[in-house]
Amino acid sequence: MSDYATIGVFLLLTMAFPIAAMAASWMFRPKPKSSEDKMLPYECGVDTKGKTWIRFRVSYFLYALVFLAFDVGVVFLFPWAAKFKFLGIYAFAAMLIFISLLLIGLWYAWKEGALEWY
Amino acid sequence: MDISLADLAFIILAGFTLLTALGVVLFKNIVHSAIMLVFSFLGVAGIYFTMHAGFLGLVQILVYAGAISVLIIFAIMLVMNQDPEKTNLPSPNIPNIMAGTYLTILLVGALVGSIWFTSFPEKVAPVSGDELGLLTGLMLGDYVIPLELAALLLLVAVVGAIILARGAEHK
Repeated sequence: MSDYATIGVFLLLTMAFPIAAMAASWMFRPKPKSSEDKMLPYECGVDTKGKTWIRFRVSYFLYALVFLAFDVGVVFLFPWAAKFKFLGIYAFAAMLIFISLLLIGLWYAWKEGALEWY
Repeated sequence: MDISLADLAFIILAGFTLLTALGVVLFKNIVHSAIMLVFSFLGVAGIYFTMHAGFLGLVQILVYAGAISVLIIFAIMLVMNQDPEKTNLPSPNIPNIMAGTYLTILLVGALVGSIWFTSFPEKVAPVSGDELGLLTGLMLGDYVIPLELAALLLLVAVVGAIILARGAEHK
């Protein structure tokens, strides 16, 4: 449990740090009355136009899906990479097939222009 | 009744997971529900960590809280075209409510039944030390074909989604 306790302490510290920074800036800053302009979401200094709750382009979804495929790939790659020294050429070949199958997906997405942003 | 530190961690994490899961169902705005789902996934990952299944916990955070949730949020953003405050209201349709109730009873029954009829041994020996090595050995040994099939499944998912999206854009 002691390893997890270290992670727990680290987690608490990382959560406390931004809270402390924001609390400090709240304590020391001047507090004028809020106006409508001040409550606007910050979008690169430009005022937002129209509703912000809109439908998104399908390209976001395709990017997310390609990301998901490789994210799941990482799950299988991680134990293989961690134990690489103890595994033989057979495991290497198996993983090569695995990665090349995923790469076919990336190649197809590329070919079909799913990664283009216009 | 003695409560050890591990028990306390489990109780806190289980409570957190249940509360956030309830939030998924009860929030009126479906985007808030999706965010609650992320917290619920993180709670489950915490429970894996308390069970000393560190790798599984990491996978839970990486895949479920990281990728699946992004996919769900994008899917919501793709189809949402109404007032966000009313996207996750309980259905007014009576057959829908009845179907939901039936499914809930079925699931709870199956869960309670399977817990009730399983004989839990008093003490299970933990996997000795090298959990990752054991996993790797199985993954690249006995289960190498399912591993390649998983890659094939991911490939089919990517290609299928691209075909669907392209078709929608050409129309």
